[in-house]
Amino acid sequence: MAVIRDVMPAFQLYQPTSVADAQRLLEQNREDALVLAGGLDSMDWLKDRIRKPKVVVDLSGIAELKGIRTTNDGIAIGAMTTLTEVLRHPVILEKYGLLAQAAELVASPQIRNQGTLGGNVSQDARCWYYRAGWPCYRAGGNICYADTPVGRNREHAILHAERCVAVNPSDTAPALIALDAKFVVATPKGERVVDAEDYFVGPDLDITRMNILRLGYLLTSIRIPATWASAQFYFEKVRDRNVWDFPLMNVASAVKLSGGTIQDIRIAVNAVAARPLRLKNVEDSVRGKARTAATGEAAGKLSVQGAVPLQFNAYKIPLMRNLVKRAVGGVEEASWAS
Amino acid sequence: MGILEWATSPSGQRVPIHIAWFLIYVALMVGLVFLVVHAIYVRYFADRKEFTAESSARTLAQLPARIPRHSLAARLFHWIMAAAMFVLLFTAFLPKVGIQFNWVTYHWVAGAVLTLSVLFHIVHATFYLDFWSIWPDRADLEDARKRLQRFMGKPTALPRKFAKYPLENKLYHSVVILTGLAVIATGICMMFRVRTLFFPRNPYLFSDMTWGMMYVLHGLAGVSLITLTIVHVYFAIRPEKLPITAAMIVGSMSREFYLKEHDPDRWVIKPLSNPQRGLSDGD
Repeated sequence: MAVIRDVMPAFQLYQPTSVADAQRLLEQNREDALVLAGGLDSMDWLKDRIRKPKVVVDLSGIAELKGIRTTNDGIAIGAMTTLTEVLRHPVILEKYGLLAQAAELVASPQIRNQGTLGGNVSQDARCWYYRAGWPCYRAGGNICYADTPVGRNREHAILHAERCVAVNPSDTAPALIALDAKFVVATPKGERVVDAEDYFVGPDLDITRMNILRLGYLLTSIRIPATWASAQFYFEKVRDRNVWDFPLMNVASAVKLSGGTIQDIRIAVNAVAARPLRLKNVEDSVRGKARTAATGEAAGKLSVQGAVPLQFNAYKIPLMRNLVKRAVGGVEEASWAS
Repeated sequence: MGILEWATSPSGQRVPIHIAWFLIYVALMVGLVFLVVHAIYVRYFADRKEFTAESSARTLAQLPARIPRHSLAARLFHWIMAAAMFVLLFTAFLPKVGIQFNWVTYHWVAGAVLTLSVLFHIVHATFYLDFWSIWPDRADLEDARKRLQRFMGKPTALPRKFAKYPLENKLYHSVVILTGLAVIATGICMMFRVRTLFFPRNPYLFSDMTWGMMYVLHGLAGVSLITLTIVHVYFAIRPEKLPITAAMIVGSMSREFYLKEHDPDRWVIKPLSNPQRGLSDGD
């Protein structure tokens, strides 16, 4: 397929200044419209001419979508807040350092300056067959080019693959799940607040979508409750190069300790499935147990139960086992031999 | 708005990928319109059924009180197939109309059940039942012509009563065979595209165009089965057909209904070894 790069197709650019105006534009133009946040995902689609929207709705002029506010019960981060603002914010650094760690590991400084938190959690899959515009399941077709005897699938899913084996590439998503964040979505019927893990959609439910956003929906803010403020956090991202790369896998955990015992824990991984996975079975298995190497080891083994490797990504199974082991054990245990 | 969805393959070829999903609604509407029109016709316009002379007294004397129609194996096949068909239709089309759930596994498992039950039915019907009883024969066509001529007001001899199955039933069965085999054959191939217990995933088994046509055929046969299922359920619950429907549950029908609708010379009931039981080796 001929791909013309760097020359975007012509479109009408709208720059609304309120969420209501943006929603109205999206409802008016429906499938013809593309939402532009930081543009780091959207511009790829446009420059590769895979997507040719008639209308682009740029959210950068909407003040109400920007900024970080402390609330009675935690903080609220506007969806258009840049990743750099997130990782430098004093309250986030002090109480929700897990999110700051995750945001700091996104891509490169330039990208973090432009990229937004809402865009990072809402970005599309990076499967190259899909991004190349091939008519795969995720693109509305009837084939997965990655899950074949010869498909290139080193970066793809080991869990919950359902026809499509692409993964969610967000670094901040697992951190937000571990922090029990709530995503606030403006819909044509009013505001809807969902748990972070419920914002994401797997191919078993809807193969063409990564999240619950539909026509006329906008992610407006992300609320992080104080429940997990200042807990013990662990975030680790494994990637092929140290900057400007998507995760091969990442893990985020928030642990509340009582003495040496895990009183409560939330743990999530990403880049193992088409949506970030909260590991509830792992949480249940380690709650009330001593935070030891043995507990981490058992948690790691439990986390990969049911994993099915593709042709070229079997390494992800021991990788996930070890990341979960370390996320349960915490920073002190990160140097365990695998 | 075409009836097919098209895409460009990696090699630049324009290929169909599936049917347009509005055909689901078309199939629903066709089924519903059919049943409304038919119900109005039967209620207000249809003449009373008339057949040729009654059967001989000797034939009647040999008949049991309950006429065996479907063996237990045949009934089990029917209901297993029906359950599989409903699961297949709901899992195929509900997600397309906006009801999202994890449908793929249920769909291929139901497809496997349907395939096995149909294979059983083919062997069972071929070797253990009266194979030809469900296929239209010359007498059916002659009687259909007579009924049509009488409907149009032309003087014609009365048609005979039906054999085991009326012509409409036989034609319906033939259409279901065509659509059913189409979805089964294409569905088995499509299982190479998803993870199942049976085959390794291999979408390169056929060319993009062949796969596309396969998906289109699967979809067209699938939406046709929506209409066919509506029609089938409609006839199953029509009051005058209830004895036939009941026979698919209990296996037999009353002698009165048999004599009213069926010709004992065309659907011969074998003499019973145990007349008290009322059931013999019917299918």
